[in-house]
Formats: sequence, structure tokens, C-alpha cells
Amino acid sequence: MNNDLVLRAATKWLSPVIILFALYVQFHGDYSPGGGFQAGVIFSSAILLYALTYGMQAALQLIPEWVLRLGASLGVLLYAGVGVVAMLKGGNFLNYSVLAEEPVAGQHIGIIIIELGVGLTVASVMVLLFFTFARRVAPE
Amino acid sequence: MNEQLTILLVVIPLIAAPITALFKNKDIAWAITLLVSTACFVLSVIIMLDVIDGKHVIYELGGWRPPWGIEYKIDALNAFIALIVSGIATISSIYAKSSVEHEIDDSTIPLFYAAFQLCLLGLLGIALTGDVFNLFVFLEISSLSTYALISMGKHRKALTAAFSYLILGTVGATFFLIGVGFLFAASGSLNTADIAQRFETFAHMQLVETALIFMVLGIALKAAVFPLHSWLPNAYSQAPSAVSVFLSATATKVSIYALYRVLFDLYPVQYWVDMLMPQILLSLGCVAVIYGSYRAWQQVEMKRLLAFSSVAQIGYMIIGLALLNQNGLTASIMHLFNHAVIKATLFMGAGILLYRANTTDLGSLRGMGRDIPWSFAAMVIAGLSLIGVPGTVGFITKWYLLESAIETGQWIVVVTIVIGSVLAIGYVWKIVESLYFRSSRKVHIHAVESGDDSVGKTPIGMAVALWIGAGLCIFFGLNTDLSFDAATTAALSLLKQ
Amino acid sequence: MIDYIVGHINYWLIIAVMMVGLYTLMSRSNLIKKLAGLAMFQTAVILFYVSLGKVDGGTVPIVAEGYTLYSNPLPQVLMLTAIVVGVATTALGFALVIRIKEAYESVEEHEISQMDEKE
Repeated sequence: MNNDLVLRAATKWLSPVIILFALYVQFHGDYSPGGGFQAGVIFSSAILLYALTYGMQAALQLIPEWVLRLGASLGVLLYAGVGVVAMLKGGNFLNYSVLAEEPVAGQHIGIIIIELGVGLTVASVMVLLFFTFARRVAPE
Repeated sequence: MNEQLTILLVVIPLIAAPITALFKNKDIAWAITLLVSTACFVLSVIIMLDVIDGKHVIYELGGWRPPWGIEYKIDALNAFIALIVSGIATISSIYAKSSVEHEIDDSTIPLFYAAFQLCLLGLLGIALTGDVFNLFVFLEISSLSTYALISMGKHRKALTAAFSYLILGTVGATFFLIGVGFLFAASGSLNTADIAQRFETFAHMQLVETALIFMVLGIALKAAVFPLHSWLPNAYSQAPSAVSVFLSATATKVSIYALYRVLFDLYPVQYWVDMLMPQILLSLGCVAVIYGSYRAWQQVEMKRLLAFSSVAQIGYMIIGLALLNQNGLTASIMHLFNHAVIKATLFMGAGILLYRANTTDLGSLRGMGRDIPWSFAAMVIAGLSLIGVPGTVGFITKWYLLESAIETGQWIVVVTIVIGSVLAIGYVWKIVESLYFRSSRKVHIHAVESGDDSVGKTPIGMAVALWIGAGLCIFFGLNTDLSFDAATTAALSLLKQ
Repeated sequence: MIDYIVGHINYWLIIAVMMVGLYTLMSRSNLIKKLAGLAMFQTAVILFYVSLGKVDGGTVPIVAEGYTLYSNPLPQVLMLTAIVVGVATTALGFALVIRIKEAYESVEEHEISQMDEKE
């Protein structure tokens, strides 16, 4: 499959578009349907596509496993971190309103960072799952 | 007390778990785990002292008012469960260090501890939340990490045990989710207090009854109530020792707690009394006691024996619940604590045997008790508590359970408790006999991997944890005020008296 | 009667999916098929919740001028969590199946239990 020109060319064209779409879904999550979960899965599908056409080695060069582990942990920490910052600022856990001067601005900041954390974790975990399985039961 | 402390119980493990997963060093991972469990334990004690006289602490997550937001409502029962979970977590993390190094590959140890903390997070979350969907999420967090922890057992049977637990546990959780969905369709709310308050307005719907059946079935599967216990013996006997200690003492207890919440807080008591549920639960509890004790008596492998004994002990908790009076419920809640301490101690003993002799097969362990007199003594203390000898924790629960049964005239329960205790003497004696009175066959020496001379001694952490457990068995058996007060307050708040 | 059946068509279909999942889960000996059944069972519950939130004539729950009737967004949000739980369960299940395959050289339940009994 590695030598199929159509697949290779199509992947090169598609991957950036998928990633762009993922970022769109990610950052419009507070106004329109979308958010971290969906964006994370879409983002990971771009990496998966790349890994399927160019092989595991190339994909691992693109994103090494330790980056994914770090990303998965960092996302959770970002999520919990926002909650803790809200607590330090005198609100309850995950109360975004206290994050900025104005409650509405605080809600915006809060949800965007939270969704960023969610997106980071979901994308990393999905790719990590794929890599783990692919390595374990590699066809060749 | 600052109410922000309550949420820290969930936030501390949430932050610590991903950090632990990043470390490669097993000692750092263990230190973080011990620190997290101890911090949670201290917090639980502070919260317990605050609510023991019947007060509530309410915490609104994200500042959203209930019923829209998730609300944590802490009363004596919540705090009691959180105390059990975090206390056992502390003891098992003291115990875990050498035991885990012995049983698990060095490279996976940090991940093991991360999963352990996630499990702690899930169990504490269940204990705190006042929102039924949130309860489902925490149930799944704890269960998923449990499956992973069990699969790390040494033998390949651990994998199949974890797999069948995964299938059954997920079916149970999904049943609970269906129940929550039905209740949500009827009431339009997920907040326990809100649903209970407006219960009359939708009580006539068929959906509400179906919802209760689904929820109770789902939780009963998770709590291993007879006849839904089939996953438990394999899962507990194949898991790594430290995991057996932690899970046997907490996982099923927390599910029983969820059962209390659904039956007493979500639904009015009269509603399910009309459905004949107390009679059903009472019969299942009695059968569980006799069947579990009998099967335990039949076993020849120590961890499996203890696991079947857990099935029997869960039966006592269900009986206490189904008797539906203050003494019964108090006994049931106290037994959550007492059994947690007893079973944790016994599983720690089994873990030490596994560490020293590389087997928990009673036949191969003959005479082993004479080689480790102190650990053996601690196990005997816990065994006596399991039987219910006066002066130990086990006696207290059986006493109140008997009192309650006589009060309500349920003679069948009295007979069951007597038979259960006789069988318990049988299976505890079986352990004592083969460990101490049989002549030693020295088979265990052959089973030890050659060149590993560290096995000659019990590691200090394991011994200390074992003796803390045994000490608690005696301390709370003689000094019942603390656990009794907490359990009584909890029982009264459940019965709305 | 006909009205009742047609009016609740979504629930009938969901029950059908759920039963297919549960039947697959219980009747198959192949562990991967069991997991597939489990995933179907969970999916049925997700569909059930989502169809609970549907309001006749309601639009997507985004505030905009000219629309006053919205579908209930809460069940969908809940199911987002349930989907994640489902994915995690399936992934963990597959990971276990791979390790079982490595340890036993088989993914058939009856063969595995035979091997366990022999020991």
C-alpha cells in the first residue's frame, strides 16, 4: 500500500484539511456545535490516515509516543488546572465566572481552555490507542 | 470548615494521576500515591468530624445551582464511605510498595499507580456526588481502572478474569444508565434531592417502577449481590495482592452505598416496600450468606476462599438493609466498615504468603504459619473478626443484626446468621489448620525463584500495613463509639427520622 | 393500537438494537464478537437518550432569532460522556483480548476455559 501514488497524494492533501477542520470545530465549540471531544477525534483521524498510508514508522517520526503520553496527561492537568485556578480565585471548582473581571468573559476563557484540555487529551489518547494496537498486532 | 475541602477529595487524585503516569521511576510513583491517599484520608477525617452530628455540607460544582448543576451533598453516610475508601487506600498503598515490585514489571509500575489513583478518584466521587448521572460516570471511572488493575495479575487467568468482569461490569453500569434514563424521562431531573422532593408528581408512571428495577439490578451486579456475584471470585483471586486488598475492601462497599442512596434517598421507602423488594433482598441476602460461606469452605486456594467469603459478607449487608429498621441499617452500614478492615487484613496476609512462598494454595502452604508467626497472628485476629468473636469488629455487626432480626421477628435471619457463623468457623479454621497445625511440606521453597534471597523476610511496609489492619480489627471491636455514632447518624438520615 | 406502535417507532427500533447486542454478547463464544455485542448494547442506550431529548418541531439548541422551540440539549451532553466511556471500555476490552490471544493463542471462550481447567 505504501507505493500507491493516489493514496499518498490524497493523504497529503487531505491531512491538512482535516486538521484545519478539527481546529475549527475546537475553537468554535463555545458558539456552535463542536468542542474538544469532536475536535480531538477529528484531529486524531488525520494522524491515523497518515499512519495508514505512510506506515507506522513515518507516523512515529511525526509524533513520537512520549509526546502523546505527555499530551494526554497535560490535557487532564489543563482541565483540572482551570478548576483549581477558579478555586484559588474564590469560586467553586470549575466556576469559570471568577476567571476574569467580567463573569461572561470568564465563562468564555474558562470553556475555551477546558475544551482545549479535552481536545488535547482525546486526540492524544485516540492516536496512542491506535499506535499501541498497531504495534502489538503489526501485519509485517 | 471550609467547604472547598470536599471537592479536593476528587481533585487531588485527578491532578496526581496524570503526573504519576508521566514518571518512569517506581519509587516516585509510589510516594505520590501514598501522599495522595494520606491527603484524602486526612480530608475525609476533617469532613467526617464536621458532619458526624447530622449536619450537611453542600457543594455546587462550577457554581451552578442544582438541579441544573452537579451538587455534592455530604452527610454522615457520604463522609463515612469516603473515610473507608481513603483509609483503606492509605493502608494498601503502604502495603503496595514491595508487593507491587514483586508482582508487576518495573516499566508498568507507574501506570499501575496512576490507575490505582484513578480508581480511588472514582470511588471517592461515588461517595460524594448527589447527582445520579455523575454517579454513573464515577462508577465507570472506578470500574475501568479496576479492570486494568486486575489484568496486571501475574497469572494469565487474570486476563480472562478481568475480561469477564469488564463484560459484566459494563452490562451492570449500562443497566444503571437505562434506569437513570427512565427516571430522567419521568422527572426531567438528575439531582437526587430534586427527584426525591418532586417524587409524588410522577410516582404514578410505569417508567418510575421500571427505572428502579433497572437501577437496582445494575448496582447489584456491581456489588456482587447473590446471584450476580459470578465475576467476583476470579477477579479478586487473580488480581495483584495490593489490588485485591484495595478492591475487596472498597469496590463492592461503594456499590452497596449506591444501593442505599437509590433505595432510601431517590425513592420513598414505601414505594419499594409495595414492590416486595425487602422480602426479595432479604431472601437473596440469606442465600448469599449460606452459599458464599459454603463455597468458601470448599476452596483450597486462600484468595479464592476469601473472595467467596466476601460474597457471604455482602449478604449480611443486604440483610441489614432489607430488615428496614434502625438497628438493621446501622449494622449494615457498620459492616461496610468492619468488613473492609477485616477483608483488607486477610488479603494482606494472603499477599504476604504469596510474597514469601509464591503460592496461596493452602495445600502447598502447610506449616507456613510457623515460619511467619507475627503475620500469622495478625491473620488469626482478622479471621476471628470474620467469625464474629466478641472483642473484634465482626462481633459488633452480628450483634446488632441479630438484635434487629429478633426485633422484627425474622427468625430465618437468626438461623442464617448462626449457620453463616458456623461455616465461617469452618473456613477460617481451614486456613489456620493448614498454615499452622499441618506438618510443613516445604514445597514453598521449591516454588521460590532461585537466587532471590529477598524473599526470606517480610518487607517492613507489608508487615506494618498488616498490623495496622489487625490493630483496627481489635480497636474498633473494643471501642465502638466512633463507628457506631457515624453509622447511627447515617442510618437515621437514610430513614428520615 | 397502530398509533401507539407507529408513534413509538424509535423506541421499538432501539429495543431491537439493544436485544441484538445483548444476544450477541451472551450467545457468542468469540471474545471480539462479545465486545461487538457489548458496544451495540451501549449504543442502543445512547440512541435511547438522544431520542428522549427530541422535541417535536424543535430546532437545534442554539439561541437564534425567530426560534423559540428547541430540543433538549441535556441528554445529548450526557451521551457525549457515555460515548467516551463506551470508547474507553471497548478499547480496554480489545487490549485485553490481544493479551489473551498472546497468552492463550485463542480468542474462543470455550477453548480458553478448557485450558484453564487443565491446569
